[in-house]
Amino acid sequence: MPRYFELKMNELESRQQQIIDEFGVFTDWMDKYEYLIELGKELEPMPDSEKTEQNLIKGCQSQVWLTASCNGGIVTFRADSDAIITKGIIALLIKVMSGLSPKEIAEADLHFIDAIGLRENLSPTRSNGLASMVRQIKMYALAFASE
Amino acid sequence: MNFDVREIRKDFPILEQTVNNRRLVYFDNAATTQKPRRVIDKIVEVYTQYNANVHRGVHHLSNLATTAMEESRQTVRRFLNAASEREIIFTRGATESINLVANSFSQQFMSEGDEVIVTEMEHHSNLVPWQLLENQHKAKVIKWAFDDRGELNLAELEELITDRTKLLSIVYVSNTLGTINPVEQIIEIAHSHNIPVLVDASQAIQHFAIDVQQLDCDFLVFSGHKIYGPTGVGVLYGKEQWLSQMPPYQGGGEMIETVSFSGTTFNQLPYKFEAGTPNYVGIIALAEALRYVEAIGMDNIVAYESELFTYLAEKIQSISDLRLIGTAEKRASLVSFVTDFAHPFDIGTLLDKMGIAVRTGTHCTEPIMQHFGIPGTVRASIAFYNTTEEIDILHDSLLRAVSMLK
Repeated sequence: MPRYFELKMNELESRQQQIIDEFGVFTDWMDKYEYLIELGKELEPMPDSEKTEQNLIKGCQSQVWLTASCNGGIVTFRADSDAIITKGIIALLIKVMSGLSPKEIAEADLHFIDAIGLRENLSPTRSNGLASMVRQIKMYALAFASE
Repeated sequence: MNFDVREIRKDFPILEQTVNNRRLVYFDNAATTQKPRRVIDKIVEVYTQYNANVHRGVHHLSNLATTAMEESRQTVRRFLNAASEREIIFTRGATESINLVANSFSQQFMSEGDEVIVTEMEHHSNLVPWQLLENQHKAKVIKWAFDDRGELNLAELEELITDRTKLLSIVYVSNTLGTINPVEQIIEIAHSHNIPVLVDASQAIQHFAIDVQQLDCDFLVFSGHKIYGPTGVGVLYGKEQWLSQMPPYQGGGEMIETVSFSGTTFNQLPYKFEAGTPNYVGIIALAEALRYVEAIGMDNIVAYESELFTYLAEKIQSISDLRLIGTAEKRASLVSFVTDFAHPFDIGTLLDKMGIAVRTGTHCTEPIMQHFGIPGTVRASIAFYNTTEEIDILHDSLLRAVSMLK
């Protein structure tokens, strides 16, 4: 395995570990949601022109829009939602995935989702929404990888 | 008032639990109600003592099950004050009841170009069945709009009625706005034009007494699980004069008289509309739920719930960041609200973390959301086992959620 790849793998790992550590401080789910809401509010809003039907992720109770661009082998994601908590969740995903190569994103094992209890804490309908977000992020990456 | 909510709550085992380390506060009663112990026990009783397929058996158990099911039909008849048990059809729920009428009534009494009037506040289950007819060119759906408070204007109805109007299908209590529609007057107007009326009583049956002969409705539907009964069972009441003329909805066992390849004749009412093995366990348990409601007393329920509803509406309105959706003068059982800065999903998620069950979203009434230009609402809906203390908890939790999201 070439050295630059190893480094990048560590980047993905360290980002996930950082989130796991941050969530480890919270004892109550209300605190975790407080943090998600903060992330949601901090996420740069998307211009309305990008909130198109095409960028809409299906399968969420609230509306989620996601776009991706690839420059110099690095993928950048932008997202928005009409619900703040959903925005916080997608912000978390972007924090982990943005700035990596298409291949890394496509192959990423997002173990932090289970580690911080996000999946089990979301009801099936919302959890499906989370799965849809991850799937869409990986779909973009796969499309860039095949270019 | 002979009503002690602390005693009532003991009848509902599910209410004892904690959710997210807090005592469960259940305000999603419009979606489904919780079940009293005696309804749960009744289901166990049937399966442990007299489970057998109904109607065609000659043996002891089948006779017991058949008797219990037919007694249940009598209980429903009494509960609605229907003229005859032939007017009580058991279905899977209100949705199937409406689909049955949409299909069978239209076959007999409607032809291309005929119209069905529904309100803008219908649950999808009282809109989509008619739209399906429209797709088959068997009916045209006419919308009766409501105003910004969530009230219907009776004068507008007169304008919508044409000589092609064949049916009026309306909701008694809106599951999203809480509006109690003046169904009695609406029926009077429709009947003055010889138009029959279907009443969707899914959100009414559990909150106040309904007398179908006094209402003079032609059809009335409800689901068992919304009145403390089990899921998967519902009722269609229909006047015999209509039901007897309508063709069967589904074919199969039970609904036939004789069957041969040269032709089949159909059973009499109500069996003509009950193809296949009925959900007799659910039906018997539904009757038990109705007897439970009767034992508490509808007058007691109305008195207690109206106090509770007034308190709920006041407490929600006292939070300046919340805006009520549905402010009709006559409302019952539920409040819907939105904020300017957060999605209903956000509020519902945070309330869940504080142990409170509410419903968020469009509540299967997307035309209402379109009317108000909103993505959904948060809906808190009460049952007679709720308390003012629970409303206080909801109020305080909403304040916390709002301050987090603002």
